[in-house]
Amino acid sequence: MLKEAEIRTFVEGATNYFETSTQQSATVGSPYLVTDGNPGAYEYTGLIGISGSRKGIVYFSAPRGMLTVLLMRMQETDTSDENIKDLVGEVANTISGNARRDFGKNFVISVPVVIAHDADKVAAPHRRSYVIPINWRTHSAKLVVCLE
Amino acid sequence: MPMDGQSKPSLKLMIVDDSNIIRRRIERSQQIARLEVVGAASNGREAVELFRRTKPDVVTMDLTMPEMDGVECVQELVAINSKVLILVVSALADKATAVDAIEKGANGFLCKPFTDRQLNDALEELLAEA
Repeated sequence: MLKEAEIRTFVEGATNYFETSTQQSATVGSPYLVTDGNPGAYEYTGLIGISGSRKGIVYFSAPRGMLTVLLMRMQETDTSDENIKDLVGEVANTISGNARRDFGKNFVISVPVVIAHDADKVAAPHRRSYVIPINWRTHSAKLVVCLE
Repeated sequence: MPMDGQSKPSLKLMIVDDSNIIRRRIERSQQIARLEVVGAASNGREAVELFRRTKPDVVTMDLTMPEMDGVECVQELVAINSKVLILVVSALADKATAVDAIEKGANGFLCKPFTDRQLNDALEELLAEA
């Protein structure tokens, strides 16, 4: 079960990622709880396994349009599928890694697993997940935190 | 490529990160005229091989990577050349991780995400030790 302050850690991680990487702010909608084990996903998902002091997953999921513009804002000219997958994994890795500032060293993160073009394959390990909606420019994405 | 054309590169830089985007970003964004990128590796094992071959003076090092992680790689590189300057560039934002990397032989720590300016400032600070 996540505490409010812990959710705030991920909200700040998400906003900091966009602000620092693109010099354009993202807005975050109200985080909400999903209890049916199906928090949903967009076309590309970068998923981080969490072990150690907490167990579960954190994933960042976004449509191709957002990730393409994000790459371009980062001065990356190669917007191939490979680079889009690389980016979605890197966003998930960065937000999860930054969470160790508050969760500590024993919040152990895996290397990213990327799921593309098959949103149905994105599954949460527990029924309860927190979804943090992210809006950047005209695009929407989500950060999903599912921890024991 | 460095914008300052007045001085020739005199130090070799190797970039280690499992993300192609980050490898390309560091290569593109670093503006230190003294630095020339001699290679990039996507995991620790590959980095050790490339390090032996290209003998870089400066390394940017990710920590969370497959095959061999960054801290282990830092130890291996320092064992090969104790004078190498290593800037850890990682999302792992807790102090204990930074301290651990420094204790294993890294010379600086830059937290992801980073701006171009933060990258260049961190590299400049690192080179001040050279």
